[in-house]
Amino acid sequence: MPTADIIQPAAQIEATIANMAEALNHLCQQHGIEQPLMIGIHTGGVWVARHLHRRLGLEEPLGFLDISFYRDDFTHIGLHPQVHPSELPVAVDDRAVILVDDVLQSGRTVRAALNVLFDYGRPSLVLLAILAQRDGRELPITPDVVGLHVNLERGAHIKLNGPDPLYLEQRATAPGTPS
Amino acid sequence: MTDATAVHPTHLSILGARLIDPASGFDQISDLHLADGKLLAVGAPPADFHPEQRIEASGLLAIPGLVDLCARLRQPGLEQKATIRSETRAAAAAGITTLCCPPDTQPVVDTPAVAQLIRQTAEAAGFARVLPAGSLTQQLAGEQISEMAALQRAGCPVLSHADRPIASARVQRRALEYAATFGLTCFLHPANASLAEGGLVHEGRLSTRLGLPGIPEAAETVAVARDLALAEQTGARIHFRGLSSARATEMLAEARARGIQVTADVSAHQLFLTEEAIATFDANALVRPPLRTETDRQALRAAVAAGVISAICSDHQPHEADAKLAPFPQAAPGISTLETLLPLTLRLTDEGLLPLPAALACVTCHAADILGWPGGRLQLGAPADLCLLDPNVITTLDAEQMLSQGKHSPFLGQPMRGQVRQTFLGGCLVFDRKPQTP
Amino acid sequence: MTGANPQLNAQGQLRHFLTLDGLDRAQLTGILDHAEGFLSVARQPVKKVPLCRGKIIANLFFENSTRTRTTFELAAKRLSADVLNLNISTSATAKGETLLDTLRNLEAMHVDMFVVRHSDSGAAHFIARHAAPHVSVINAGDGCHAHPTQGMLDMFTIRQHKGDIAGLKVAIVGDILHSRVARSQINALNILGAAEVRVIAPRTLIPAAAGEALGVQVFHDLRAGIADCDVIIMLRLQHERMTGGFLPSEHEYFFLFGLTEKRLASAKPDAIVMHPGPINRGVEMDSEVADGPRSVILEQVSNGLAIRMAVMSTCLGSHNLSGQAPATEAAHD
Repeated sequence: MPTADIIQPAAQIEATIANMAEALNHLCQQHGIEQPLMIGIHTGGVWVARHLHRRLGLEEPLGFLDISFYRDDFTHIGLHPQVHPSELPVAVDDRAVILVDDVLQSGRTVRAALNVLFDYGRPSLVLLAILAQRDGRELPITPDVVGLHVNLERGAHIKLNGPDPLYLEQRATAPGTPS
Repeated sequence: MTDATAVHPTHLSILGARLIDPASGFDQISDLHLADGKLLAVGAPPADFHPEQRIEASGLLAIPGLVDLCARLRQPGLEQKATIRSETRAAAAAGITTLCCPPDTQPVVDTPAVAQLIRQTAEAAGFARVLPAGSLTQQLAGEQISEMAALQRAGCPVLSHADRPIASARVQRRALEYAATFGLTCFLHPANASLAEGGLVHEGRLSTRLGLPGIPEAAETVAVARDLALAEQTGARIHFRGLSSARATEMLAEARARGIQVTADVSAHQLFLTEEAIATFDANALVRPPLRTETDRQALRAAVAAGVISAICSDHQPHEADAKLAPFPQAAPGISTLETLLPLTLRLTDEGLLPLPAALACVTCHAADILGWPGGRLQLGAPADLCLLDPNVITTLDAEQMLSQGKHSPFLGQPMRGQVRQTFLGGCLVFDRKPQTP
Repeated sequence: MTGANPQLNAQGQLRHFLTLDGLDRAQLTGILDHAEGFLSVARQPVKKVPLCRGKIIANLFFENSTRTRTTFELAAKRLSADVLNLNISTSATAKGETLLDTLRNLEAMHVDMFVVRHSDSGAAHFIARHAAPHVSVINAGDGCHAHPTQGMLDMFTIRQHKGDIAGLKVAIVGDILHSRVARSQINALNILGAAEVRVIAPRTLIPAAAGEALGVQVFHDLRAGIADCDVIIMLRLQHERMTGGFLPSEHEYFFLFGLTEKRLASAKPDAIVMHPGPINRGVEMDSEVADGPRSVILEQVSNGLAIRMAVMSTCLGSHNLSGQAPATEAAHD
């Protein structure tokens, strides 16, 4: 079994998310966005998005995106074992969208999520909010709001556990194949 | 002169083999002396005997050449599948020296000319004796009976209708009666045509699971019942070729007990396989009659052990590769079995069903007796048809190594015990295994 | 002694989809769950996902069925695969050699998957046995053997209405003997833990040893057979069964096995009635049941698409798995 260290416990995550909500509020004011649409990426992104959605007091329901059918590694590792249906209850056309995920590493998930999003319509603007950002970017993707920055050793991985309580954990080796 | 053997010694001795003659019960390590194609002596040679060749055979078995009651050689008419030469050569390599072939060639064996053609072609090849079964009816059409006396004179020891049942009971009755006039045994493949029609596999668990049309057990038992009644009525001697069901073996035992002149054989594969062999639509297990249940298999084995079924045959049916390269229902039934007949017979002994001499009797003297042919035994003064085999060599059945033109077998990849070293036909060496180069 | 399951690759994953017989509960549940995910694709303005982009899927239909072919074609296109449609008349190419020649030609065009419909039981197994290692085969109906995607579609529909297959009592009424759909439904129901699967028909339409071979309870009386059932599946009766001597008349069949509101009363009050359609009214059931509240239109187009997308992507996804770990949550941050 790989060893796991909790790098951010539940209490601290609450505070991190509160800071993120504040930063998002600020950013929306800057862009003149009054009612952004919030969309979380399954599974961890949805957990974070629920908290942000509540803190921002958004009236329209939260959307969920599943990227399983848009992954770029299908021909290498096949179909993802767990698929949750995407659920976008509000049309995204001409809307400002806040896309939320838990961890940003290679950037491939965000790439896939943007493709899903654009198969649902044409948003006017997309902001990216990330709970934890780490090194290892493989695509030109930069978040607009970041909860915390983590520096990890080679081969180490971070994982958000949840939904209740939420805590971030570091593992020496990944349970799966890194992409 | 034949193409099998150009030159052969007229006097030779086989030394130190375990000699088994199932007919007489002789089973000893002894020497065997052959002169002018005949068996001259067992044990010490006559004083003036000077063999040109001595074969050191200690550790080997010397048995009569096998007699196979049903092997299709495909010639004349279906030479794309096999030829008399190719299949008798495979037979020799498998220790079989006498084969009876059913009449379903093209043309059908319903005239002396076709019977003679087959015999002459086999003699020219020189690998094995081929005894064609004459057709009971003209063209195998099941309507008009054939010239049975002429067929008998042309060398057909028995009559048969191959695997095409005679639909009309009236025609069958006349055919049996007419055959009985000449003392000819009739080989019958028991299957009721209308019950078996369209069927592919045993009607049971597998046909239900796989959605394949079934051949019910009743297709066999209805035919057996009819044929037994007609044999009783006519006094004809009948032989059931290839029983497949437990119920039919019971009917056979009961009929024999009542004195009806009936014998039966079973195809060797029926003693080892069941319907489960087709579970993944393996066309190499598509045979007729179909492989049935474990209960049937056990009953067939018990009938062999009890002597109710007295012979085991190959039911060899070579096919070209394309004949099986089709979805299961369109694949040709029948498998290549000459080269598994002896190993499977030995396997019955390994599995404790029969002592070795009794198992060998099923493929030698008992089969010969059914044909009314004097071979299948080691008899002084008789033509020396012999098989020398190493019972301890185990090989894996490999399509590439099979000599038959037909390469389809459900036993491919299985270990086979018993390797034929040499086969003699009338004292001539017709098969000689080259020593393995290490 | 059935040997290895010819549908699975060395890693035990589905490479072909030939029959449900021999698959396990996790495999079937996985397909149903994935289909759930693919249902949402139909709600997207762009009804297409890039999952199987660059793959070529050939529909090999030796038996004509525009409806089935169309759902496979649309499912493939929604996965962004390229589709070749080949309708091959069986009479022209009945011989295996020609069939294999067709396969080799298509393989040379780098086809990744064959969707096969054939009137011979075992045809899909045959094609799978002779397909190149990089090719998957989906059985879209072979003779009387199996129609596994249809069976899964029916499970999907039952799950939508009943929540779970486990614990249900299901009755299948009609020509079990000749029905590939019934065989696949029975396999699926048993694998997914149905409490009881019953088949109801006269003896001429029940195959040999059905109870043991298929794992069903056999009934010859409709009312007794559907008693306490949660789901009743009515099979379509082909007219050939009368000429083939299996039944005397449609009239007598309806008299004994036709589903009416009155007979339906012995089933559970919330029982659903399924039929693959098109219904022979007055033969399998009367119009009152067919148009009634408990009737479920079996072939819901969107469900059929989602199941076929799930099956196709599962099999295509097993292709390049040599030595690779299967997909996990953490692999794609």
